[in-house]
Amino acid sequence: MTSPSAPEFPGTYVFDGPTSRRGHRMNRLFMSLRTEVARQDFLADEAGYCDRFGLSAAQARAVLDRDWQAMLELGGSIFYIYKLAMMDGLSMQYLGGVFTGMSEAEFKAAMLAGGRTDV
Amino acid sequence: MSEVIWGLATSHVPSIGAAMDRGMTTDPVWAPLFEGYRPAREWLAHHPPDAAILVYNDHANGVDLDVVPTFAIGTAERYRVADEGFGRRPVPDVLGAPDLSYHLVQSLVDEGFDLTIFQELDVDHGFTVPLSVWTPDPGDSWPCPVIPIMVNVIRYPQPTAARCFALGQALGRALARYDGVRTVGILGTGGMSHQLAGARAGFINTGFDRMFLDAIEKDPGKLAALSRDEYIRLAGSEGIELIMWLVMRGALNERVRVVHTAYHVPASNTAAGLALFDNRVAQPA
Repeated sequence: MTSPSAPEFPGTYVFDGPTSRRGHRMNRLFMSLRTEVARQDFLADEAGYCDRFGLSAAQARAVLDRDWQAMLELGGSIFYIYKLAMMDGLSMQYLGGVFTGMSEAEFKAAMLAGGRTDV
Repeated sequence: MSEVIWGLATSHVPSIGAAMDRGMTTDPVWAPLFEGYRPAREWLAHHPPDAAILVYNDHANGVDLDVVPTFAIGTAERYRVADEGFGRRPVPDVLGAPDLSYHLVQSLVDEGFDLTIFQELDVDHGFTVPLSVWTPDPGDSWPCPVIPIMVNVIRYPQPTAARCFALGQALGRALARYDGVRTVGILGTGGMSHQLAGARAGFINTGFDRMFLDAIEKDPGKLAALSRDEYIRLAGSEGIELIMWLVMRGALNERVRVVHTAYHVPASNTAAGLALFDNRVAQPA
């Protein structure tokens, strides 16, 4: 028997049970970054911080490299990943650009033009 | 008995709150959105309820993924404004209404809605932005006590739209049996179409949003019949937040009067919608 998971939608991440399980430790790390003390800890030793939260090697690599796409693939929830982006001073429009192969300015322009209606 | 006097549906995009907090509401990018809110705000300012119930979801601020309640309700005397990472929004904390919360818990559990109970809860932009849409200048306090009802819309499987609508209907019945306040306002928040991640990030479906804005008044049963997967496909992976509008709508009468609707693309990555209903209208025989 397999555990139920979400159907697949093209170009869409659905944060289902297996995804949540896979990404749990990484999402916990992201959640911790709400406090200034934790952000200072993280910035002082990012690899050590990832170890402390028990991230897999691939997850730690994605975090250290700021590989936002890989964080999604490895079970990150966008609302949690965004905590790391905010710490770096990056916007949701910047991330939208990363996910769609656009610059932040191009992504913003696409939204201002009415959003991406053809995807 | 309490009377639900109005229902307000609104998006809760964080940048709407940020635009207000930073005095950017008349900037060209933001002005059309806030202009669209104006008639609703004016009407609401003249119709303050004794208590309000706000249906929302948390975004990794008040709760995390260790425990994910499908439906939850707050029973606190006070809800702190959450620090989402860079300080709290400069808005008042939220006063609760514990006696009304206890009544709702009892009534809803008796009706088969087994809600998780928050004795403590910090509320994030999902909660405070709709309060700011309602009351842009609250001063030292919001217009009335507000009770949070939290819905899981982040982790699949989210509750069905039909279940959200039924919860709203049970909420309406519960309020009708409560004597502690005279008037109640209900807010349903989130949406409209948007998707934050994946190759489809930036997705907007204006046709769906317009249909939804119309049907939430006239035919909410049609929206309640849409499947979870249809919401994700038609409104985006985060657009499924729209199921929370159905909790609000379920608590209102079959027939309502539209006070105002507004729709604007974009608020950041999101289609922003607003619908305000007056619930005090004659009902069909």
